[in-house]
Amino acid sequence: MARMTMIEAIRSALDISMGRDPKVVVFGEDVGYFGGVFRCTAGLQQKYGVTRCFDTPISELGIVGTAIGMAAYGLRPCVEIQFADYVYPAYDQIVSEAARIRYRSNGQFTCPIVVRMPTGGGIFGGQTHSQSPEALFTHVCGLKVVVPSNPRDAKGLLIASIEDPDPVIFLEPKRLYNGPFDGHHEQPVTPWSKHPLGDVDDGHFTVPLGKAEIRRQGSAVTVLTYGTMVHVAEAAARETGIDAEIIDLRTLLPLDLDCIVESVSKTGRCVVVHEATLTSGFGAELAALVQEHCFYHLEAPIARVTGWDTPYPHAQEWDYFPGPARVGEALVRTMEA
Amino acid sequence: MDDVVPLSLHVPEPEVRPGGTPDFSMVAIPKAGSVPRPPVDVDPREIRDLAFSIIRVLNREGEAVGPWAGLLTDDDLLEGLRHMMTLRAFDARMLMAQRQGKTSFYMQHMGEEAVSCAFRKALEPGDMNFPTYRQAGLLIAGGYPMVDMMNQIFSNEADPLKGRQLPIMYSSKEHGFFSISGNLGTQFVQAVGWAMASAISNDTRIAAGWIGDGSTAESDFHAALVFASTYRAPVVLNIVNNQWAISTFQGIARGGSGTFAARGLGFGIPSLRVDGNDYLAVYAVARWAVERARRNLGPTLIEYVTYRVGAHSTSDDPSAYRPKDESEAWPLGDPVIRLKNHLIRRGAWTEERHRQAEAEVMDTVIAAQKEAEKHGTLHSGGKPSVRDMFEGVYAEMPPHLRRQRHQAGV
Repeated sequence: MARMTMIEAIRSALDISMGRDPKVVVFGEDVGYFGGVFRCTAGLQQKYGVTRCFDTPISELGIVGTAIGMAAYGLRPCVEIQFADYVYPAYDQIVSEAARIRYRSNGQFTCPIVVRMPTGGGIFGGQTHSQSPEALFTHVCGLKVVVPSNPRDAKGLLIASIEDPDPVIFLEPKRLYNGPFDGHHEQPVTPWSKHPLGDVDDGHFTVPLGKAEIRRQGSAVTVLTYGTMVHVAEAAARETGIDAEIIDLRTLLPLDLDCIVESVSKTGRCVVVHEATLTSGFGAELAALVQEHCFYHLEAPIARVTGWDTPYPHAQEWDYFPGPARVGEALVRTMEA
Repeated sequence: MDDVVPLSLHVPEPEVRPGGTPDFSMVAIPKAGSVPRPPVDVDPREIRDLAFSIIRVLNREGEAVGPWAGLLTDDDLLEGLRHMMTLRAFDARMLMAQRQGKTSFYMQHMGEEAVSCAFRKALEPGDMNFPTYRQAGLLIAGGYPMVDMMNQIFSNEADPLKGRQLPIMYSSKEHGFFSISGNLGTQFVQAVGWAMASAISNDTRIAAGWIGDGSTAESDFHAALVFASTYRAPVVLNIVNNQWAISTFQGIARGGSGTFAARGLGFGIPSLRVDGNDYLAVYAVARWAVERARRNLGPTLIEYVTYRVGAHSTSDDPSAYRPKDESEAWPLGDPVIRLKNHLIRRGAWTEERHRQAEAEVMDTVIAAQKEAEKHGTLHSGGKPSVRDMFEGVYAEMPPHLRRQRHQAGV
């Protein structure tokens, strides 16, 4: 057991996976010699050689397209898109190809790739370094979509993703790379070294895909969230004193519906929180599922707290990012309904 | 500046449109045998001319001439002729089957048979093609059962792809044929990835990517070239220039570039043009490129200069955008007739045997069709199960799909 940042946990997952399976290869822009702009792949090239971990041309389409071909050959590529905002040139390869190859070939060819990408705001990245594109991927049958909220999960989920037989979109909330973040930007960030979820097992372990985790037990209202917003929701529950049950979804596709239904059936109230924009966001899917499966238990309308329907603005980042105040308001409103 | 005039946009146009006289005078065709054959380890800078010329072996008299000739025996060539005739007969029957409502869609290879049939002959078992929708010759020449191809086209109960794919979008890992996508160009860069994986794994197998002239405009084409060039991937990158991307003539995608092959030059990739209607030339160039890849010398780009005689698909009417008799004016002739004439010239074939062979090949295709139709056609007979529709989206069916399958009542 060691205290790790999320970056170190991701690196550990890659290291362990590459060590266990020579078919695992890691590549992307700047990931080789330099170890990635966020240092997630630091040291891997030195340890495993240039053909297991290497730099690529700046072509997201090329990174994902070649990864698909490698997977068809029998390797297990885990590639990095430098920022989730840059994934769109590779979108066709992901949604029309990676997601479909097993189905359309009736299993003759498969595509066990992982596409890692830093996501979300909170680091003053402006509108091209802050996006949360998860809903664009959860709409695609054949993909799995994973968003960790802490180092332990990041390691276990990433190893599980690499070992998974299907393509996985692995979204890393970059605001959580170095420490948990409760949305109070004026306060110093506590590093993961001072947080129990920074305790990460050294060796190989997995966190199963498709399983949510209850981060905070409660009986008054269920908060459905993931990634950075888990920490914001925790802060909001703490600050409002509302007995909220906070579910960290961890995998958005496939989704742990049983956990959601059980919790909302118990609390009778539901607040959905995510950083991505509101309209057609993943929260809409969550709200629809809760309505379908828990309608007769609901005592209040389902609330959604999300980013606004604008591009991520640089100077107004703190007005955009759903903070504990906005989540707290939604909790209070839901309790009063 | 006082002499500024308004700008105007250049939109390339083909030489002729329907009603006009077919004109291929702009296609410069070198004499058969006139293009040199470099060693496979040649410095790409020394063969830049090959991206602008056309490698040809068969001359007008049906003789095989020049440095690219002499690689195939009579038996090889007779086998190649049979492959092309089979593909042509297969096309004829499946086109008719589509017209009879037995399937929704078909795409034929008329005029382009030599490209895929001869290329396949240069590969070894285990090599992998990443084809487009007009390379069924890779399967025919690779011994893939025609009945399975037809089952796929009919989407019947024996369809190896369980009715999930558009007709003609075959897939066979065993026969080195990657699952076809309808999104154009995507497979080109995947071929490079497969080849890189083979090199990473210190394997001896190589990959071949396929793309049409129109699809070279897709970003995937350029990504494939940069990755193939950067990592010297053991891949053969094939551009089939059949002059037409549905109704759009090849000059639209090509723009100001001299040739499609010339696009490889900027990447330092040896780039050759070949007479795509010349079985011997296609085989010779394919073998050269395959040997380069196999010897770890890196990628090769090949442009096949050919002509799509038929419609783009059964949903297309080419008379709306090109002269009806344009295919007859195509200066590189018909690949089947050219190989037939060559074999006759060699003394290995006769007109009579050819007629007999045509009948035999058609009998074989009809027998296969009868066999396939026993399993059903698109609108009659056996169908893949609706239950199967939910299988194989993932390795293991997740709970939400199980729920949906239950809702569907299967």
